[in-house]
Amino acid sequence: MSAAAAGGPPAAEPAMKPTWTGRLRAAALHRWPPERLLPDVQPTYVASWIYVFGALSLASLVVTVLSGSVLALKGPGWWHFTSVGHFINSTHMWAVELFFFFMVIHLWGKYWMAAWRGGRARVWMSGAVTFLVAIPCALTGYVSQQNFDAQWISTQAKDAFNSVGIGAFFNLTNFGQMYSYHVLLLPVAVLGLVGAHVLLVRRHGVVPPLERGRVIGS
Amino acid sequence: MSGYLANWRAENDAARVWKGGYRRYDLLKEVTIAIGVVLGLVVLLSVLFSSPDERPSTIAQWSRQMPLDFASTAVAELDGTSGLATYGPPYNHNAEGQIEWFIKLQKWFGVSHPINTAADYVLDPLAAIPGRPDLTRAISTYRAAPAKRRLAWASAYANALAATKPAPRVVRGHIVLAPGGYGPVATLMNSLLALAQSGGLDGALLTSRQFFQTDYTKPLLFLADGSQLDDRAHAEHLLGEQWGMMNETGSYPGQVWLWLYTFWYQIAPFNSSDNSDVLVMTVMSVLSLLFVMVPFLPIVRDIPRWVPIHRLIWRDHYRSAAGAE
Repeated sequence: MSAAAAGGPPAAEPAMKPTWTGRLRAAALHRWPPERLLPDVQPTYVASWIYVFGALSLASLVVTVLSGSVLALKGPGWWHFTSVGHFINSTHMWAVELFFFFMVIHLWGKYWMAAWRGGRARVWMSGAVTFLVAIPCALTGYVSQQNFDAQWISTQAKDAFNSVGIGAFFNLTNFGQMYSYHVLLLPVAVLGLVGAHVLLVRRHGVVPPLERGRVIGS
Repeated sequence: MSGYLANWRAENDAARVWKGGYRRYDLLKEVTIAIGVVLGLVVLLSVLFSSPDERPSTIAQWSRQMPLDFASTAVAELDGTSGLATYGPPYNHNAEGQIEWFIKLQKWFGVSHPINTAADYVLDPLAAIPGRPDLTRAISTYRAAPAKRRLAWASAYANALAATKPAPRVVRGHIVLAPGGYGPVATLMNSLLALAQSGGLDGALLTSRQFFQTDYTKPLLFLADGSQLDDRAHAEHLLGEQWGMMNETGSYPGQVWLWLYTFWYQIAPFNSSDNSDVLVMTVMSVLSLLFVMVPFLPIVRDIPRWVPIHRLIWRDHYRSAAGAE
């Protein structure tokens, strides 16, 4: 029974010129067939606690985004004068601390596995860039706190940005600008990079163990 | 060299496809459990340790608690000798900013947040005070005087503030100094102190052409020129030499991931250079680039092969492989 007969949309005739949409779907399915995108098996060597830290980094990011979303929904001043707001701010801060902690362990683990082997250089690079973009994402949060920490960090960190000209268009003492960067622009960048990183991991799979001797002698 | 490259290529190619066995694995379950664990950990840490929220400093608070420091800062803004007045871009053209070799990025990007310290912090806020003919005269006198005269008045006032005999005093909101050639500066400073202590200067420095305000550049940089922020930061272990970027108030962990960035400021030549910021930013930019490019860096990418930490990570795999042989 065809898709059309079953009530679904009709597929394009094979002789027809492929559409952009069709090409995109074909390319996506070629790179990420469902069983690779959402696997229910893994190579036998994926059996170490170090593998957990990738998932923990991802989970910390989820909790960071959720707690940050509550803070954003209530507005930047809310957490200063309500106990619930202060608690949500605490969860946001600790989720960020855990995100970086897990990410650093994940990165070291991947370094010692030489996880860029077998055409996985882009997996490493996307992870490294994610770490680097997460740093200003966190910094803009610290300077958006509207408390003494925000005053001190913004007036101290401005010199580094000014010294290389970035301060001309990225002003750490401008609360409005920093808040926009923190709740929209940089989180979107981090989430996009993490998405790309996970897709690359799913495409290439987890790097196999180093087989010293076998390679050199073969 | 060709042997090294051949080995590297062979090893790289060997890692492309796994031809061994597989085991059951549930991606969704792992991520769900991880979110649950992190959520529990975050709630536990929040309940146990909360998070810091020290009230911000205000100019009113600073001027009430440290009136002489406030006046010293204000007179330095007036005569153009303060840290901000001599900063350069992006605030003014009074310096070139930091330089590395012949590269002057700070200067080249220009003055994007212009601040005239004398006008913005002293003369304009005072000129907006109504019903003070003595103050209006003092401002007119100061503005009409030649630059050399203005500097002489302000310098005399600054020196008197810094003197120990007789030490300056504050009596009923007025700064009392030894008699001297201060011209209209004494009136300006006393009026500015009164405005600041009333909270009026906090508002005046935020005022612009529009009603809503989100840019705190002017009041923050004025506060940063004074001693109050520094004193509070020192007490909270936040200064640069205290690895401040890694901490928050109350000894909470701050941006701990900036340890390497903070590290450079602790050692020569960075800790004594006038261009320390641009030097540290350059070093960190190069290191960041190298970090991203690790897969392509000989030696750096080979270390994991030489140091057998991977034997620990994949110990089950190697054990079963050895057993099979």
